[in-house]
Amino acid sequence: MKIVVLVKQVPDSGAERNLRADDNSVDRASANNVINEMDEYAIEEALRLQEAHGGEVTVLTMGPDRATESIRKALSMGPDGAVHVLDDALPGTDYLGTSRVLAAAIGTLSPDLVICGAEATDARGQVMAHMLAERLGFAALTGARKLTVEGAQLTVERQTEEGYEVVTAATPAVVSVWDTINEPRYPSFKGIMAAKKKPVDTKSLADLGVSADQVGWGGSATTVLSHSKRPARSAGVKVTDSGEGGVALVDYLSSEKFV
Amino acid sequence: MSSVARLLPTPEAHDLLELTSELADKELAPNADDYEARGEFPRELIRTLGRSGLLGLPYSAEYGGAEQPYEVYLQVLEILAGRWVGIAEAVSVHTLACYPLAHHGSTEQRERWLPDLIGGELLGAYCLSEPAGGSDAANLTTRAVREGDDYVVTGTKAWITHAGVADFYNVFCRTGGPGPKGISCLLAPADTPGLNPQAREKTMGLRASPVAQVALDGAVVPAGRLIGAEGEGFRIAMGALDSGRLGIAACAVGLAQGALDYATGYAKERVQFGRPIIEMQGLGFMLADAATEIAAARALMLHAARLRDAGLAYSTEAAKAKLFATDMAMKVCTDMVQVLGGAGYVADHPVERYFREAKVLQIVEGTNQIQRMVIARSL
Repeated sequence: MKIVVLVKQVPDSGAERNLRADDNSVDRASANNVINEMDEYAIEEALRLQEAHGGEVTVLTMGPDRATESIRKALSMGPDGAVHVLDDALPGTDYLGTSRVLAAAIGTLSPDLVICGAEATDARGQVMAHMLAERLGFAALTGARKLTVEGAQLTVERQTEEGYEVVTAATPAVVSVWDTINEPRYPSFKGIMAAKKKPVDTKSLADLGVSADQVGWGGSATTVLSHSKRPARSAGVKVTDSGEGGVALVDYLSSEKFV
Repeated sequence: MSSVARLLPTPEAHDLLELTSELADKELAPNADDYEARGEFPRELIRTLGRSGLLGLPYSAEYGGAEQPYEVYLQVLEILAGRWVGIAEAVSVHTLACYPLAHHGSTEQRERWLPDLIGGELLGAYCLSEPAGGSDAANLTTRAVREGDDYVVTGTKAWITHAGVADFYNVFCRTGGPGPKGISCLLAPADTPGLNPQAREKTMGLRASPVAQVALDGAVVPAGRLIGAEGEGFRIAMGALDSGRLGIAACAVGLAQGALDYATGYAKERVQFGRPIIEMQGLGFMLADAATEIAAARALMLHAARLRDAGLAYSTEAAKAKLFATDMAMKVCTDMVQVLGGAGYVADHPVERYFREAKVLQIVEGTNQIQRMVIARSL
């Protein structure tokens, strides 16, 4: 089975993150950049499938030069190689443009399966799997908490607010996963050493047959017009107990639907 | 761990320490208090470290090891110890337990067993001490008698870390006459008939790590599991201990660093007389002394390690490093309890545990009195 895993480098969600004042884009220069957490679950799922069914796992990243660090980190977990889409025209590309570029890159790899995280912690759009499936003509099995493969048949438990749905499709398909699907492995020291020697194929937009005016600020269908800081947390409700404190607390909890 | 400036020999050493820090922060730090309070051995956690390659760091790549110099391996132990000294000690004891086979086993023995021993899934124990004597190892009394293709081993080993949870035991026993030249080393699997780990000791610290006697009631060990020749056991044991002592020094440096980091954080937050207590000279100087002593111990440990890595004599320097680092850790952990005052005396803060854990490091792998004997003899 040939599997492509999408890996995105994002600012560490545990640290302070900002949007840039000039173009409203995510400030990646000042942040500690890491692999999008959900992508580690996608990598783990791909590696487990490879262990069970054989085949090849390729990491695909679109991002600036420094995304190389995240590619090497991803490869240290075990994938065979990576494709890095790197082009000066890419900054500012929105979801639609990104899906155009990634679909073109996936097209050159002809995988049976594309696995990605259900969302990235920077923009949390949850749309990439659907967009890619549409562009590639693949089935979209999104929000998986379990994935079973039997031959070319895929069965996914799709997590919902209330429980889960069972959906099936034949390959080729795009599967997006939540962090309930597995427990990602740590890299091994040998894996880190081996990752330095694994092939990383750098592709430009020209290599993928995508023109520069279809991406970047100019080629995007959506634009962020402005942004503002999240308002500071307001002071909570203060209950002064003059004999009725308990009732006041229950009233509050009840009004907020805690009880 | 706080920002410790490190000079590392290779980029791969840097990667290894980064991986170790990630494991220490995500797997060790959140679990240490809980496992130590319950006295449960974290076997799965040790496997996680093993799968990342941390249970065979100094050994040959030919057998699946990471072939790292001691200089690097000790800093891995130090980082682990900064989060949970019990785990660092487990890795150190396991690495010690692989030493006899790795350095004195025949090619055939190494090919057969070493990849499994250092591969990460198995855990080792090292049985040298006995109830009647630990320091005076040359006079051990556990007896091994050759019967056909086996040795039949009878005696009792004491203070055995990983007793009951280990997958293999190095058993030092007497195959010949009295004194050091009558001792041999057997590599016994845990399922050896007659090898019986006893009830766990109730220890002052390192409670997650089982320590017990191991009774050898006519234990039958195949003669093919003799490591080195008959009579070479004492030499093997002492060589392993020189390396093991460096491991304990690393545990001590890491433990003290963890205590200092915690106490420093507390002293910056805790306000008395209107200012953080770290600004009181009495407290600030205590922390400064601790930081200096830790740095000195680390430098001494790394000096001994670099001698070893260069193939030079390092036995005396290892004894000095073990002695200095563990006495330092006891002093620093005592002082860090003092920095927290009453809060340092209760189990809500980890310095209470660090204090109890530091004590054993002055005793294991040769008491600090034995280290002084070794050093004095070299003068």
